[in-house]
Amino acid sequence: MITGIGVSPGISIGKAYLLHKQQATLTGILLLNDRDVAIETEKFNNAAALSISEVETIIAGYDTTTNSTEGLDILEAHIELLSDPQIKDDVIEKISKERKNVNDAVIEVIRDAVQLFKNMDDEYLSARAADVQDIGDRLLKNLSITAKTPTQQYEPDTIIIAEDLTPSDTISMDIIHVIGFATLVGSRTSHAAIIAKSRCIPAVVGCGEQLNSIKNNDMLILDGQTGQIIITPDQNTIEQYQIKRETWLAQTAQLRSLKDTPALTTDGTIINLLANIGDAGDMEQAIDLGAEGSGLLRTELLFMGRDALPTEQEQFEFYKAVAQKAKGKPVIVRTLDIGGDKQLPYFNIPAEQNPFLGYRAIRICLDRKDIFITQLKAILRASAFGKLKIMFPMISNIQEIRAAKAILEEAKEELIKVNLPFDKTLLVGIMIEIPSAAITADLLAKEVDFFSIGTNDLCQYTLAVDRMNEKIKDLYDPYNPGVLRLIAYVIEQGHKHHIEVGMCGELASDPKATLLLLGMGLTEFSMSAIAIPQIKNIIINNGLSAAKQVHQRVMKMDSSTAITAYLQEINT
Amino acid sequence: MITKNYIITAAEGMHARPATALVKLTKRFTSAISIKKGDRTVKLNSLLNILGLAIKGGDTISITTDGEDEVTASVAIDTFFQEELKHL
Repeated sequence: MITGIGVSPGISIGKAYLLHKQQATLTGILLLNDRDVAIETEKFNNAAALSISEVETIIAGYDTTTNSTEGLDILEAHIELLSDPQIKDDVIEKISKERKNVNDAVIEVIRDAVQLFKNMDDEYLSARAADVQDIGDRLLKNLSITAKTPTQQYEPDTIIIAEDLTPSDTISMDIIHVIGFATLVGSRTSHAAIIAKSRCIPAVVGCGEQLNSIKNNDMLILDGQTGQIIITPDQNTIEQYQIKRETWLAQTAQLRSLKDTPALTTDGTIINLLANIGDAGDMEQAIDLGAEGSGLLRTELLFMGRDALPTEQEQFEFYKAVAQKAKGKPVIVRTLDIGGDKQLPYFNIPAEQNPFLGYRAIRICLDRKDIFITQLKAILRASAFGKLKIMFPMISNIQEIRAAKAILEEAKEELIKVNLPFDKTLLVGIMIEIPSAAITADLLAKEVDFFSIGTNDLCQYTLAVDRMNEKIKDLYDPYNPGVLRLIAYVIEQGHKHHIEVGMCGELASDPKATLLLLGMGLTEFSMSAIAIPQIKNIIINNGLSAAKQVHQRVMKMDSSTAITAYLQEINT
Repeated sequence: MITKNYIITAAEGMHARPATALVKLTKRFTSAISIKKGDRTVKLNSLLNILGLAIKGGDTISITTDGEDEVTASVAIDTFFQEELKHL
């Protein structure tokens, strides 16, 4: 059994399909002229450079305290092979002399080299064939990014096994037959996880090297909740999981049928269910699941995976695409939230003793006005194409809000000067994720149009618990009475000052918390799109008065153990 | 041009790790450096080529350096085989 990170719940039972091993097929295309030769040579050089930087990234993140140093040696050897002059010369010779395209040239050179190693009588050296194949696969993968990949047809009940899934992999994926996927790398926020969630496909990411033990057509059971993958299970186990799968399917079908049902409590209060999204594609999926807009557009994706800051025009196109996909529904755009655990390769933030308490988010933006104003102008321009709102993260005091708003005004003036349209009624809000902001909600409410409670950081900062620290991770508990009191206070103050209060942290998608939050007066919940049907199901089956009673009872309890036990009980 | 012979003392021969280290070492010099085992000679700037020679423990190889910095290169390669290889 392999255990990774379960990122999209559900059970899949099907056959493994190894994605990367199958991409290499000869095209037989011959090049017509010297210009083609130059183009193909350039493609090879680019793919090699990209491959080297990918491996360098893996090496940079390689933890030798938990992994063998041998793995590191292999990665170093891969870098050498990717920059190997012999391989390069052979490929270029095939392109220029034999007029083969770069795809065919790489396949043939790698095939010959693999054969050479396989033929060696030394066991160690013949095993190196796998390394040569590996760098060949990487080169081919990186060559195919620009090439048009035909939509792959899969057998019914296919579980995709891949090192990682790129946007181009998932775009061309036929999702009728793919019932699950597992990747070697990745985390909850990697592209593969996000796609799986938004398409309701069970998925496990970050499985590590053990995933390589799976072969094509192996029978697999994948549990996207627990993150477990069982290879060639026995009949008993299959039957057991079939029952689990049927229950899950029945539940999701029932929940999905709620898509067009409005989120009204039994006593008629309208609740706004929104989605946390990363790009325009997510917005589309979210609306399919019944989202009434987005309560959090993370803009970091736009800044990551590249080697320079995105221009105003690039950003404008990105936000505009989201605004258009939202079709008039509101989208809250959070300004850049880097630092902490989110680094950009081209924007060097020196290592800090306490990065979560350090130079990040709005603190960087107020310091680097050039970056901030570019983003604000791009969001403003996109606001002409839909209903966008702007939200500042990591606000700890009122001066930061005033400074950020002053820069926003400057951005507006610059646009007016050049006659570019934007939504003049655009609302401005802040994330409430630092305890000082929560406690001064009464003061901050006078400066902004809305609050959005970020429970993940609020919990971490309130309880002084580093979520990543294994030894104390149990202390990280949003049901701690202290955290709940802060949340209730922020909602109360928002109402008092007639501003909107939403929540975009994980607590918003936790079915245990729904009634409690309703009782506190929360009317806007933003979460992963996949969680919306389940939360909606709770809302349409309960009334506000009952929710208020839940809130009152919880506030009398003195421990999170008692609170969670009670919430669990009323939820079943 | 300098040519020197070395006997591979490590039982497992020239594995990926020492081979990678050797390729990296030779990249520091402008001289053309080649490695010969039996009747096959290949350039030392290619890991694929070195591994392709299938050098085993007990094999004798010869390394030729030719160029402006051949003396320093040759000394560095000496050190590599006599000292550094043991720690790899």
